[in-house]
Amino acid sequence: MKEEVLIAGFGGQGILTMGQLMANAAMYDGLYATWFPSYGPEMRGGTANCTTVFSDEEIGSPIAAIYDTVIVMNQPSLERFGPKVRKGGLLIIDESMVPIRCHRTDVTAIYVPASPLARDAGIERAANVVLLGAFLGIKGKPSVQSVENVIRDLVGAKRPHLIEPNLKALQVGIRIAQERTSAVQA
Amino acid sequence: MPETMTPTKTKASTVKSDAPPTGRKRLVKGNEALALGALAGGCECFFGYPITPQNEIPELLSGWMPKLGRVFLQAESEVASINMLYGASACGHRAMTSSSSPGISLMMEGLSYIAGAQLPCVLINVMRGGPGLGNIAPSQSDYFQACKGGGHGDYRCIVLAPWNAQEMFEFPGSAFELADRYRMPVFVLTDAVLGSMLEPATVPDLEQLPPPPKMDKPWATTGRGNRSHKNVANSLYLVPEDLTEHNERLQAGYREALREVRYDTRYLEDAEYVVAAFGISARVGYSAVNMLRKQGLKVGLFRPITLWPFPEKALAELARKVKGILTFELNCGQMVEDVRLAVNGVCPVEFYGVAGGVLPAPEDVANVVRKMMK
Repeated sequence: MKEEVLIAGFGGQGILTMGQLMANAAMYDGLYATWFPSYGPEMRGGTANCTTVFSDEEIGSPIAAIYDTVIVMNQPSLERFGPKVRKGGLLIIDESMVPIRCHRTDVTAIYVPASPLARDAGIERAANVVLLGAFLGIKGKPSVQSVENVIRDLVGAKRPHLIEPNLKALQVGIRIAQERTSAVQA
Repeated sequence: MPETMTPTKTKASTVKSDAPPTGRKRLVKGNEALALGALAGGCECFFGYPITPQNEIPELLSGWMPKLGRVFLQAESEVASINMLYGASACGHRAMTSSSSPGISLMMEGLSYIAGAQLPCVLINVMRGGPGLGNIAPSQSDYFQACKGGGHGDYRCIVLAPWNAQEMFEFPGSAFELADRYRMPVFVLTDAVLGSMLEPATVPDLEQLPPPPKMDKPWATTGRGNRSHKNVANSLYLVPEDLTEHNERLQAGYREALREVRYDTRYLEDAEYVVAAFGISARVGYSAVNMLRKQGLKVGLFRPITLWPFPEKALAELARKVKGILTFELNCGQMVEDVRLAVNGVCPVEFYGVAGGVLPAPEDVANVVRKMMK
């Protein structure tokens, strides 16, 4: 089992955090994991992307030529990284940030209105957590329990009052992904 | 006369990677692992000047070292840093600096002086693209600089090349051990990918760190005390015969250090072709090897851990058993020269490399190996 994931969007959207949550959860599951960031010199508004790899075997390269899953949170990222999903792979798109859809028919593309869903969960900033939930809802790995524990440990260390809204955002993401994948398959 | 300059004959040091690491397993950034490793390895003084992509090292140490009663100093330049290292080391302290390629270049004069004065110290180079200011992307183009000089004169540095977060934590400590044992500078040579990557590693919390070891350094310039002579840290020998003798002493020490050679291998038992790579390119190379193995191709990985001393005997033996070796580096061909010297024409040695900060994907390396096999 090996999963190579690329996550991309604007700086400030929580791209790097999403990748770190995923890598941490994989480690909690007893898997090997790597996280490698790539971002411009800007703090916010510039481009940000990162790769997370998790596997039950020792990981070599932290990057790949094509990815099992690509998660994008803005239009330029979809244009740039949409072609980097492997055939039959998964593309998770933040629908609220990406007006022009993906044209590929050889991948599973899931559109998630991440920002409105996060707002409904009581924490608009957690659009990234909604998308992470969507990933879990489809892939089933890392385990939901581990991701929840990572949120408790990492978010809870500084902002304990944000644990619950984040866990809620995660659940919303899991649910919508399951709904939308069953729709795709039907 | 100073205390005897010839290193005492002892067994090769057991570099601690086999010992069960203490601490807890967590995701650690490479640069953080290096900083923690320096503290765990007994670093008493850090001198440095900021440069991307290694800034987490001084950032973290600037907070941690004063708390632990150790010395952290941000110098006014790299030239000053290396000379502060010279002074601290002459006084018998475990001293370290960290920088990235252009910053290391600025330190070369001081490094040559330190080597000439036979002093131990540790330098971490988180390599970035060059030459010149280059960029802040990952590169391995300082292999020559670390292994073949950089500064002037006939000196050597032991060079350790980690390939994951755990080694990033362990190698600064190993570097201090080796530096003190052979009284020479030791490099930890890594790059911008390993520096900024997060990976699980078992590392101690700050509270668990042991104090720096109390070491007897009879050569240190800590006051004459009851000694019959003064200790002097110096690299100036104006009489040619004296300098010749000094150089011979240095070389004798370097010959002793040759036994510290270390390397790592994967799938070599039945390998017909081998990818030779260090650091991050060994990680990419390992993925490429795994890819090729899944297709039934007999490919293995050879990873030098010490770049100096270079594992030339192991490579020479390997060359007799395989059909070809591909050296893969993030530069235009540096380690490949040492591979060719070691192999000495016994099997074909080819090179694949990309310079300037682009990290090739495993597939790219695998393609080159496939071409070689045709």
